Parts: sequence; structure tokens; C-alpha cells
Amino acid sequence: MGSQFLSATTALTRRAVFGLAMAAGLVLATQMPAEAAPKTGLTLGMAVEPTGLDPTIAAPVAIGQVTWQNIFEGLTTIDRNGKVQPQLAESWTISPDGLTYTFKLRQGVTFHNGEAFDSSVAKFSIDRARGADSVNPQKRYFASIDTVETPDATTLVLKLKQPAGSLLYWLGWPSSSIVAPKSAADNKTTPIGTGPFKFVSWTKGASVELARNPDYWNKAGAAKLEKATFRFIADPQAQAAALKAGDVDAFPEFGAPELIESLKTDARLATVIGNTELKVVAGMNNAKKPFDDKRVRQALMMAVDRQAVVDGAWSGFGTPIGSHYTPNDRGYVDLTGTYPYDPQKAKALLAEAGYPNGFSFTMKAPQMAYAQRSSQILQAMLAEVGVTMTIETTEFPAKWVADVFKGGNFDMTIVAHAEPMDIDIYARDPYYFAYKNPAFNELLKKVEATSDAAEQEKLYGEAQKILATDVPALYLFVMPKLGVWDKKVAGLWENEPIPSNVLSEVHWTE
Amino acid sequence: MIALIFRRFAGLIVTLLLVSAIIFAVMDLLPGDPASVILGTSASPDTLAALQKEMGLDRPLVVRYVAWLGGVLQGDLGRSYTYGVPVAGLIAERLAVTVPLALMAVVLSIALAIPLGVQAARHQNGAWDVFSGLFSHVSIAVPAFWVGLLLIILFSTTLGWLPAGGFPGWDAGAAESFKALFLPAVALALPQAGVLMRVTRSAVLEVMNEDFVRTARAKGLSEQTALWRHAVPNALIPVVTMLGLQFTFLIAGAVLVENVFNLPGLGRLAYQALSQRDVVVMQDVVLFFSGLVILMNFLVDLAYLVIDPRLRAGVR
Repeated sequence: MGSQFLSATTALTRRAVFGLAMAAGLVLATQMPAEAAPKTGLTLGMAVEPTGLDPTIAAPVAIGQVTWQNIFEGLTTIDRNGKVQPQLAESWTISPDGLTYTFKLRQGVTFHNGEAFDSSVAKFSIDRARGADSVNPQKRYFASIDTVETPDATTLVLKLKQPAGSLLYWLGWPSSSIVAPKSAADNKTTPIGTGPFKFVSWTKGASVELARNPDYWNKAGAAKLEKATFRFIADPQAQAAALKAGDVDAFPEFGAPELIESLKTDARLATVIGNTELKVVAGMNNAKKPFDDKRVRQALMMAVDRQAVVDGAWSGFGTPIGSHYTPNDRGYVDLTGTYPYDPQKAKALLAEAGYPNGFSFTMKAPQMAYAQRSSQILQAMLAEVGVTMTIETTEFPAKWVADVFKGGNFDMTIVAHAEPMDIDIYARDPYYFAYKNPAFNELLKKVEATSDAAEQEKLYGEAQKILATDVPALYLFVMPKLGVWDKKVAGLWENEPIPSNVLSEVHWTE
Repeated sequence: MIALIFRRFAGLIVTLLLVSAIIFAVMDLLPGDPASVILGTSASPDTLAALQKEMGLDRPLVVRYVAWLGGVLQGDLGRSYTYGVPVAGLIAERLAVTVPLALMAVVLSIALAIPLGVQAARHQNGAWDVFSGLFSHVSIAVPAFWVGLLLIILFSTTLGWLPAGGFPGWDAGAAESFKALFLPAVALALPQAGVLMRVTRSAVLEVMNEDFVRTARAKGLSEQTALWRHAVPNALIPVVTMLGLQFTFLIAGAVLVENVFNLPGLGRLAYQALSQRDVVVMQDVVLFFSGLVILMNFLVDLAYLVIDPRLRAGVR
């Protein structure tokens, strides 16, 4: 590689370099104004660049935020209200015992490379996700499937080992995207799906470009934009600068709440504050003293003024929560009143648990702004009830996953859980909270045993209540979705019931 | 002289080999498993094992090192875990941003520092000297990324003359690309210029008191001619040494500046690869940087021979 650099430098003589510098100066002197964005193209900003473009082989949400519903589609989909809707499966029937799902598949659907979609393709996708060599990040969601049958080209039958009431919802996830047999192996770099947009190019480190799919199967849902460009800008200051300069038209998840006020003063921009699925929770090691005592956890919860955390850490944007559930989710119950802020009661309960003079522990906080700031505020609040917290910064994700998540080597930590409807993590074993409650596990089994939506919502309500009472983690707030975009752009989602940037309905109003 | 160059070149290869072993060991010691980073927190153990096997991470350390080094020696730098493309291509793409950026910064800092430093020496303790002293203090003290932010606020947000960040790619035309690189180059050049200016000033001051400069003046040369023809060339050795040393700072600065200006350069690639534990990319990029620094030192040594005929005579 050294030789490449050498040849590049020696090719440029001193005079040439001087000439280039002069040319740069000339360009500056002419002060050309930035070209106005064409009204059929949209440049959309994202903080994180995806790592590969195949959501079925890697977990980072940025992958789905570029590809899901734009390039890739599923048998089902999830709409802007978080509801399951048919997509490549037109309709389905579920047997009374909940063990057989029969899907009627849509006809006339083709992939961007011309391959036709039929039941064999659907079977291929599901088998790829659940097979022995599968590296699907949500492989567990396919575990209930026993056999996949294809009686004819437009019928797919899934036979289950046990009922899975959330199956239709899971099939709508980015990780359940339908991929074509011929192109699946290359989707990481050149994704091929059935969606309203085709992949055009990926300039690594800078942007991904998509273009309208003229042959999209759903004429009513066809893309209104001719071109969509995702630009990746990590630094919040750079994000704000790009928005103000008009370099990006929309930043659906703007990174810095403290800069929102300065963007509001720009008459060209709209700020749209919604909810994400990111639950900011301070998980405790329930297997370790003193956190193995429920009373200690409850006392710590009462020592925390959630609204003050939101105000201090995230400029007042964000909704306080009392359990591992967001207002986007079906069956949401506001449980912030279960253990409300009450330092006196907190002290009394700590004394009852045997800690009249408090105790000391270490908080392993990732480097992200929300985690650092929330930790510092928690530190001050817990000091009020005599508990001393030492903050130790832990690099996220790599070191955190190794040390906290897998190693269980922590007292308390704080992260935003990104996956929608992931209350079942408290029933997983092993899981980093080391929370064990058979009644809770039983409840979640019942959720899967029924496919009746109302019954599921009732059960989810009970599950939320158990967590709010047991406090395996300090439930703080739901991260807001700080949407900032040009006022003339319409159709972007206000809330984010699943991490995504669905562009099919997005258009310029003038 | 050929023998000297050959000896230095052999040393360069040995150093690089040592560096490669150290890099590999350090990357392995780094906490965190690339497969876990890719698959997130919901992956089951068998999925993780499947991915580790696919990535070749289940093999012993020495086997992986030999495989990597063997690849590098044959020009195959491996494949990025995160992007899924060959690393050589990634680095080449990024060089198209970082090399012009670094060159622009070096040219700018020389263009600023040498005239300022020479004039400061000429008018020692005069108004020029005080002004350039102040300039150098401020530009050294202020971090490059902060200068970058100020430049963005003035030239992009307020005046709208230049893009706030990002890189359109050379396909979009040289003019657009240079516009995108100009502010980052200024941010990168200012701290370098401050240091370079001070070195130039003190080197020229020292030489100006030498007998040969007095002789030049005595035989009737004007002050300017004596300065530029006799003093400055003799003051260049410490300046070139400093330029070589600053190269490492230029690379470190590029990591920050590329992040502030959102430029898809090599520095940003290194930063991203580290946070994603894209170990192959990390190894290659750090090896590349090390090679570059070693190469720069080598070039500086060669430059001495060009600048100073006495050294040339010595090695013959």
C-alpha cells in the first residue's frame, strides 16, 4: 500500500500542487451558491452508517433504517402505528389450535433483478433464517417453526411446534425480509429486494443511493420520489450544519436535543417530535448484593425523579416510563406512578432492607451522550438518599457486550434498548439483568399461546405491572424521535414503532 | 549513497514486520468480539458460533496472524467484516480524500508559515514578530476540530459559501471536491503552521548571525537577497525535520477533522472500524499509517541530502 501513496505524491509536482491550490482559491472566489435540491429527490441524514445492507444477517438498526420497506419487504409489514399489515402475503388463516399458519401469497411480484417471488422463495428465506448455519440476529423468532410447506406457488404453510402469537408481527421485522435465492449471498453489498426502491450505489463512509423501482408490484404504493440518498453524519454539530446549509433535506432522528432550539429558529425547517422504541433503562445485576433485594431496587427507583432526568439529560424531550414498554406499543399502561419520586420513602425502604447508611456501587455507563448525562443525574439523585455511585465509562458496543452483557461483570449499567416489543428479554435466561421470576415467564408464554390481540394486550399489561413492581431495572424514559426536515417534505413517520425510514409515501409538497 | 538508501529500506521492512505483529496482538487483546457486535444482543449462542466460524475467528491466534500477514505480503488485505468488501479497495477509496486533504494542509501551512516566520526573524521584536508570535500561539493552542467548527459556522452556516461537510466524490468534479476539502484543510493546516512558523523564525534568526550572511551583506547584496539566497536555504534543515515530525500529527488531526467535516477519509475509516471492531480493517489501516510514518522519516532523511551538499559529500 505504501507504493500507492508514493506514486500518488510523486506524480504531483510542486507546481501542480501549487496550481491545484490556486484552483481551489479561484473556486472559492466565485462563491457559487449551493444548488437547490430537485423536487423529486430527497437527501436524508442518518447518524450511523449501516454495517452492510442485509438486515437478515446483522443486528445494527441502521441497516433496517436504510433498507426495510424501501428495498426489502416481508410477508407482513408493520405500519406507522405499529400494527401488522399484509404485504407479500395477501392474507392468511390460522388454525384454531394456533399451530398452522396458511399464507396466500401475492402474485406478480418480482425482485429488482427480475427473479419472480413465489412460495419457494418465501420458503428459501425462512429456511435461511432458521437453518443450522443461519446468522440471523433474530433466529430465536423462527424457533417455533417446525416445517415450511409449499403446496402450490401462491400458498405457504407454516406448521409450528408450539403456538407463537407474535409470529405475524415478527415476520414483519427487517430481519424477516424476503430475499431472492440467487442474490441473497450478495445482499450485504448489493441488496436486491421487492421494494419500491432499488439499490443504486453505496459510497462507503458517505452515502447510499436508491432509485425508484418502476416495476413495483403495488401501483398504489409506488414511490413518489425518483431518487433517495441516505447521508451518514455522525457528529451532531455537523448534522445541524448540514440541515441549516440545506445539504440534507431531512434528519428523521436528529442526534442532539440541545441543538433543537437553534434549528427551530430556521423558518425553512419543521421540527417534529415523536416517540421511538428506545427505552433508556438502568439495568441492575439482580444476582448481586444489594441488588438481589427487591426493596433496594424499589428504593432506588423512588430516589429517581424521571422528569428531572429527561430535562437534564435530553433537554426535556422524551417520555418518562415506569416499565419496559413504550407508548407506541399495543397495550401500553402508564406505570410511572408505581414507584414515584419520593426520597423520604426511598430512605426508609433502604433502612428496612438493612442499608440505613446507604451503600456504594459502580455504574458502567457507555460513552453515548444520553448514557453519560443520565448517569451523572442519577449519581446526584442517589446521593440524596445516601447511595454512592461511581461512574465508569465503558465503550459501547464491543466492550459493553463482552463485559456487561455477556460477562455479567457489573452492578448497574444504562443503555437504550432499541428492539420494539422486547419485554420478553426479562424472561430470557441468561440475560444480563439476571432477573428470574417464574410468574413473569408464565405470563409471556400465555401471550404466545393466544393469537387474540385483545387478550395479548391484557397480558402485556400484566407483564408491564410485574416489572414496574419488581424493578429489575430503573425505568427512565423513552428516547424521543427528534425529526427535523424541510417543511415542504411530507410523508415521513412521526413516530418510530420499529426502527425505519419508510420512504414510499414521502414527497415534496411544492 | 545507494548503500545507505538500501540499508534504510531494509530497516524499514523489519520495522514494519515488528509493527504488524504488535498491531495484531493489540487488536486481539482489545475487549469485544466482532461477531457479537454484528449480531447484537438477541443472538443465540449457536448463531454467534456460526458467524465466528464464517469469519474465521474460531482459529488460533498464530494461524490468523500468519494468514493475515501472508495475505498482506501478496497484496490481499482481507475483507472488511462490516462492509463486506475487500479492504484494499476501501483504503484506496479513502486515500482519494485523505491524500489531497493532507497535501492541501501541508501546502497551506508552508505557504503561511515560511513567509511569516522569515519576516518575523527579519524584524525581530518588531510589529510583524509580535503579530506572528500571537498567531502561532493561538493556532497551536486551539484544537483543529474546534477551528473546524468555527469555520463551518462562518463559511457554511452564515455565509453559505462552502459546504458544511461531506464529500461529493471526485466524479462530481474537481471544483466541488476542492470546495469540500478547503475548510478541513485550513483547520488542519493552522496548528501545523503555528509550529512551523516558530521553527522557521528561530532557525532563520540563528543563521542570520552567521559569518557568511554578514559577508553576503558586506559584498553588497540587499538585505532581502541575502536573506532569501543565503539565510533561508541554510535554515531549512530544522524546518524539514519539523515537517516530517508533523506528519504524524497530521494523521492524528485528520481523524478528528474528518469526523467534524464528515469526510469519508482514512481517519474516519479507522475510527469507524475501531468502534465496530472491524479488526481486519483496523489492522490494515494501522499498518498502513505506520508504514507511512516510517516512509516519511525515510523521505526526510533523503531530503537532508538534497538540501545540504555537505551531507551528500559525507556519505560518498
